[in-house]
Amino acid sequence: MAENKLLRAYGDREGDGMVQMSFTLQVLPGDRAREAAKRFAEAHGLRDALIATMEQCAREYTYFVAYGRSPHTVDLADIHVEELAAQPLTREEIEATAKKLGRKIVVVGACTGSDAHTVGIDAILNYKGFAGEKGLESYKSFDAHNLGAQVENHELITRARALGADAILVSQVITQRNCHKENSAALVELMKKEGLRDQFILLLGGPRIDHQLAVDLGFDAGFGPGTKPLTVASYLVERLVGRT
Amino acid sequence: MATVPMDPAIVEACRAFAADIADDVQHFIDRHTTVGVERTVARAYGVVGADAEGTPLANKLVDRLHEKKLTGRGVAYFLGRGLALGAASVQEAAEAIAYGDELDDDGSVTPAAARFALEAATTAAIARIDRARVDREAFKAQHQVGATPLKYVIVATGNIYDDALQAKAARFAGADIIAVIRATAQSLLDYVPEGPTTEGYGGTFATQANFKIIRGACDEASRETGQYCAQTNYSSGLCMSEIAWMAAVERLDMLLNDAMYGILFRDINMQRTFVDQYFSRRIIARSGITINTGEDNYLTTADAVEKAHTVLASQFVNEAFAKRAGLSEEQMGLGHAFEINPWLEDSFLLEISQAQLVRQIFNRHPIKWMPPTKFKTGDVFHSHVHDAMFNLVGIATDQSIQLLGMFSEAIHTPLLMDRYLSLKSARYIFGTAKHLGDEIQWKPGGIVESRAREVLASAHQQLEEVKRDSIWDAIGRGAFGDVKRTRTGGKGYLGVVARHPEYVNPILDILEQG
Repeated sequence: MAENKLLRAYGDREGDGMVQMSFTLQVLPGDRAREAAKRFAEAHGLRDALIATMEQCAREYTYFVAYGRSPHTVDLADIHVEELAAQPLTREEIEATAKKLGRKIVVVGACTGSDAHTVGIDAILNYKGFAGEKGLESYKSFDAHNLGAQVENHELITRARALGADAILVSQVITQRNCHKENSAALVELMKKEGLRDQFILLLGGPRIDHQLAVDLGFDAGFGPGTKPLTVASYLVERLVGRT
Repeated sequence: MATVPMDPAIVEACRAFAADIADDVQHFIDRHTTVGVERTVARAYGVVGADAEGTPLANKLVDRLHEKKLTGRGVAYFLGRGLALGAASVQEAAEAIAYGDELDDDGSVTPAAARFALEAATTAAIARIDRARVDREAFKAQHQVGATPLKYVIVATGNIYDDALQAKAARFAGADIIAVIRATAQSLLDYVPEGPTTEGYGGTFATQANFKIIRGACDEASRETGQYCAQTNYSSGLCMSEIAWMAAVERLDMLLNDAMYGILFRDINMQRTFVDQYFSRRIIARSGITINTGEDNYLTTADAVEKAHTVLASQFVNEAFAKRAGLSEEQMGLGHAFEINPWLEDSFLLEISQAQLVRQIFNRHPIKWMPPTKFKTGDVFHSHVHDAMFNLVGIATDQSIQLLGMFSEAIHTPLLMDRYLSLKSARYIFGTAKHLGDEIQWKPGGIVESRAREVLASAHQQLEEVKRDSIWDAIGRGAFGDVKRTRTGGKGYLGVVARHPEYVNPILDILEQG
């Protein structure tokens, strides 16, 4: 990929800037509502805004779909984001590399706080994994412990210490009003207070998580939606053994 | 009609195994009570209010008894005793126990005398939920009711007043049933919060005041649109039976209520859950509320192809427990879900096979069909197509209650327009394929038929194993949802006690008379 490239939305032809947006406004459908929606879209920078759909969706609200041309560009050269290794190791490479450690890599994971959604942590840790990708439990070189849902931060730390964990995986799915950030930050604070932060590799995962956010919150790495167990395993092996 | 093969002898055998499984547990239930059950009894007798810290009087009262190891006599005994000894009201008797200095079980009032002192209060308590049922059914009779599959949508803003707005909007857009999703941590709270609430993560707290607000919004929406708007919430977690009572009083139509869900997915102690589910279902049965069971959840933790039969097996078990609590089949909304990996070849045929099988086996039950969630990724456009396939199965197999998928699943709680588009899609598919199921037949010996035979046979085998091991041990080895729990593990175990030989619970006595 060439650097110094100005990115524009690409729809049908180079440089057309086509984007779609949908929204609801508290107004009933009509010519004024259509014009209001058009101006709303234009206020976001869209040119030649087309209101493709206008339907009443509640007693006082209307749903709109708008298309328009975005004039905005983004310069890739200006972007500096913490990025994980682009190419994870293969399963065989992971097992081979981990052997050098002479013991299993112990991983403890949980959905913390009030979060009861274990889909993410299950996908990464459980043997079965997700969509044909088996989880860390299936690796010979990993000893994975899934503590499940609604685990309190202090309990997670206690269990991680008791199990002699190398890494702690925190999954946060519920994102209402940023509770995923608050709870994750609280864990880091608690670990720092007890002088334990450096004893563990701390990973954060969830649909609203990315690597940069996780690092900002004081984690070592973050994993967003669609992350495969392999990516996590690869990261941990490289951290603990180094890339060979 | 696109039926699948269903051997009545195997179905009968499944029901017989499930009956034995439930009877084994019922013997335990009939000899035990819990702090949750006793708090419900207190609330039924009109014990209301909370202290400055928000601890409900019902909790203070029962905690006091529990500390003194008196829970097994039944809170009703002590309330009746208070009345017999001169308390002006049940509330006064409750306050005296909760905040008073002395609590002696000196035997000066016999259980019969306590029961006698409570007679008027017992009659009033039952009359209260009976009246609520009559009122709900009368209001419903004045309105049109949607065709099946009933379109069920969730609202989950965290703020009850936003929920009310979203609920009305949903009815406007075609919804038949509104569920206010609970704040996620609530199932583990051993008390029910008080009053209207405006803060909650992942949903809104279930409180009696919140129930009343949504009931008001649903009733308004029914009047405005001429079509009935049903309300549902969650009778689950550590306050399962208290919530059932509040829902009965506030005229809810449905409740999420499962004999095993709390054990498996919230790590609530199994003894606690079995006792609590029984009392909650006794209230539900009396109130004519429809339960929704949670078997759909098994397929989020276990594989939906390999473990499909565990859903069916659990449905038989939930049915058996519900029967023992006095529910009619027409009140049993057994749950199942469209959770197979969508990229698996012919997964649609496997889904339709099981949906049809469940429809045929539970032919009088308002079965509940749950949408895909596990394989939702945040690609809203693909998600909308995925939900469309789910809707097609729903109409083709005549599901009773269809919880509509949201294209923004895996991103955020549904926005106003997400719900609107979901309802629009369901309206389209339910119309365009209205008689599809009547018009087609499955190929004899084909994928759909073979799958139905296989799932029923596997469920039969599993039920035989669960019966052999008892459900206590079966759950211990991960028979449902691949989740393992122990008999004395989990939350709320300390709240389970054996009933005293002279246990007093006049509310339960009346509910058990049916």
